[in-house]
Amino acid sequence: MSIFRAGTGSIRRRLTLQLLASAALLAVVLFVIVFNFARQIGAESQDRVLAASAASILEATAVQSGEIVIDIPYFAFSMLDNANDDRVFYQIAQDGEVLTGYDDLQTARGPGSAPNFATVAFRGEVLRVVTQTRRLSSDGRPVNVTVTVGQTRDAQAEVLNRISRMAVALGIGFFVVSALLAILAGRVTAESLSRLAASVSRRGPEDLRPVVADVPAEMRPLVRSLNAMIARLSGAFNRTEDFIAEAAHRVRTPLATVRAHAENTLRRVDREENRDSLREMIRAIDESSRAAGQLLDHAMVSLRVDQLELHPVDLHSLTRELADKLAPVAEMRDMDIRLNRMAGAEVMGDAILIQNALRNVLENAIKYSPADTAIDIDLQVRDHRAYVSIRDQGPGFRPGEASTLTGRFTRGENAAGTIGSGLGLTIADEVARAHNGQIEMTNNTEGPGACVTLSFPLR
Amino acid sequence: MRYAFFSLALSLLAGPLAAFELEERVLFDSPGEGPTLRILSTTDIGLMRPVIEAFLEENPEISIDYHAASSTEVMLALTEEAAEFDVAISSAMDLQVRLANDGYAQDHRSDATRGLPEWARWHDQVFGFTLEPATIVLSRDDFEGMDLPQTRQDLIALLRDNPEQFEGRIGTYDVRTSGLGYLFATQDARTSETYWRLSEVMGGMQARLYCCSDDMIGDVASGEIAMAYNVLGSYADARTDLHEDIHIIRPEDFTTVMMRTAVIPETAQAPDAAGLFVDHLIESSWAQENSSFSFLGVTPQGLAQSASLRPIQLGPGLLVYLDRLKRRQFLEEWSAALVQQPE
Repeated sequence: MSIFRAGTGSIRRRLTLQLLASAALLAVVLFVIVFNFARQIGAESQDRVLAASAASILEATAVQSGEIVIDIPYFAFSMLDNANDDRVFYQIAQDGEVLTGYDDLQTARGPGSAPNFATVAFRGEVLRVVTQTRRLSSDGRPVNVTVTVGQTRDAQAEVLNRISRMAVALGIGFFVVSALLAILAGRVTAESLSRLAASVSRRGPEDLRPVVADVPAEMRPLVRSLNAMIARLSGAFNRTEDFIAEAAHRVRTPLATVRAHAENTLRRVDREENRDSLREMIRAIDESSRAAGQLLDHAMVSLRVDQLELHPVDLHSLTRELADKLAPVAEMRDMDIRLNRMAGAEVMGDAILIQNALRNVLENAIKYSPADTAIDIDLQVRDHRAYVSIRDQGPGFRPGEASTLTGRFTRGENAAGTIGSGLGLTIADEVARAHNGQIEMTNNTEGPGACVTLSFPLR
Repeated sequence: MRYAFFSLALSLLAGPLAAFELEERVLFDSPGEGPTLRILSTTDIGLMRPVIEAFLEENPEISIDYHAASSTEVMLALTEEAAEFDVAISSAMDLQVRLANDGYAQDHRSDATRGLPEWARWHDQVFGFTLEPATIVLSRDDFEGMDLPQTRQDLIALLRDNPEQFEGRIGTYDVRTSGLGYLFATQDARTSETYWRLSEVMGGMQARLYCCSDDMIGDVASGEIAMAYNVLGSYADARTDLHEDIHIIRPEDFTTVMMRTAVIPETAQAPDAAGLFVDHLIESSWAQENSSFSFLGVTPQGLAQSASLRPIQLGPGLLVYLDRLKRRQFLEEWSAALVQQPE
């Protein structure tokens, strides 16, 4: 199940795609600009050469004894020679009458004596022509000599071809480089995000220090909010812990005081019915005290399980200490806690939680067993797991009941008449599961009583 | 001989057959079913025969109908007359360029044409396949014991120093009638002013004007004239029988080099066979050793032998001297320099 709404996409992909699209657009624009520029330059340079050719012919035009003499210079046409062997056509006319050259060549008409250019069709070819006019004086009469030079455009087409191929290559090259940069940019951006994500998720649950990852300016508000949230969370945890400790103290102390008073009173009261009431009261006080204790224990366990901190725990000494601690309680009921086979075992976990779980199980055993019986504790290591089993000689579990007892506030059928909140096994179960462990509840095969086994993986 | 040759007299061809003037017509008839290649050429059949025979050897199914005519007639036939020929071979590079420029030629591309140097082809339509320098031919008798002139300057000095020896004994092309002479003269004039000085000097000595290189070579060899200017070197080289009587000089100041060119006309009926023939012309000129060709072929190394060799550039520049006005002016100037005395 994802907590993220679908459709928001990936920043990296979106950024990369946007950059790629703009790179492609720019590449096309680049091609169009270069291509048009090349076409313009090509046309201009051909026009210039044509104009120079026509000008050189006009330059060689003179009037000699009333007659127009035109000495076409060799270079007038040889300058038009090029690698593509473009074909050359020309026409020289005097006042509209063709003197020499190709009679049917179309001239480029236009105002003034400046060279006029035109693109015309001639003998199945497309020609670029220039027409230039020079005014001479012959016997005092003005004479207009018009020179038209035309050339096919193969060379220009070839140059244009070459340049457009180059422009395509340029565009593609530009796009490829831009694409690489776009991918890089996407990756760098995504990386700074994932670096932050990694630095947040790498920390353990107990680590509620502010995030100090080096992030770009745009992500600083996010980090600031994150840190503010962490601070609030950390405050909430601390307050909860404080609250549990405070609550335990505030609940237990007055209950203990009331209980002490009730016992004192019980000693002084003689009437049997009053004594019964007092006993009933003490019992109720015990029950609430224990319930409050277990509720707070459970709250504490839940809190610690949520932010489980794993440390090496010496299960052997822990069990031993717990047995010692509860020995006086057992003795009050003339019970004996026997440590039988105690193997050495070290597990990873929260010592307080494990102790709490074992204590709940042990307390249950003490509570539900008849007086003058023994409780057996074994610590065994099998298949890379440590098993702590606690066996009593009480009534045991009803068939089919065992699995339900780990639910909150569930009490066994045989528990009636015994003080209990129904949270003991719940706590044990939660602790075991938080440690990748298990709780197993069975009845003893030999003799009466229950056997509760907590197992944890070895370190 | 596997082929039947028909040398037909000019008179046979006159009349309705062709409006342009033919000098010679030879048919190389092949028994094969292949096309008949109609070739219109300015080159004498004598010089072309070995090349054609080598071609027919390789392509026995093709027949060749070889027509010889002057360069002007070749031009006329292909433009005005729209006569159908498959290959046009001419020494008049300017006219061949004009054919191509005006759209009377078709493209031909092959490995052979690609092998040609850039300067020996134009527009994939005009292909140079020979290198033929314009030389000075001297009579051995007249130059017995003299330093041979190696440049035009030498020649001018020599003529000036010995006017009585050379008076009326100098020959050169009459550029008014010879297309090749006109081409050489215009290229000389373009390259150096020395040409005009030389022309003045030759004109002052009543130079004799010729239509053809062969005549000039013959007259020099026989001692009729002492020297001839702008003689086609390839023809002079080919006349080995006369080499005892003549010196062939390639002027060191510059030697104009003409390329014989081939064009496939637009009207060609057998363009594929024409392409094969053009390739053959180009390639057989490369095989210098056992070549059946009497000409120096166009090869990239062809010009390396001397820095003074200047091949005439194929290109639009050649159109300039074909211009009516330009030609008139040039001829006027040339006549003024060379003919001098009114005719």
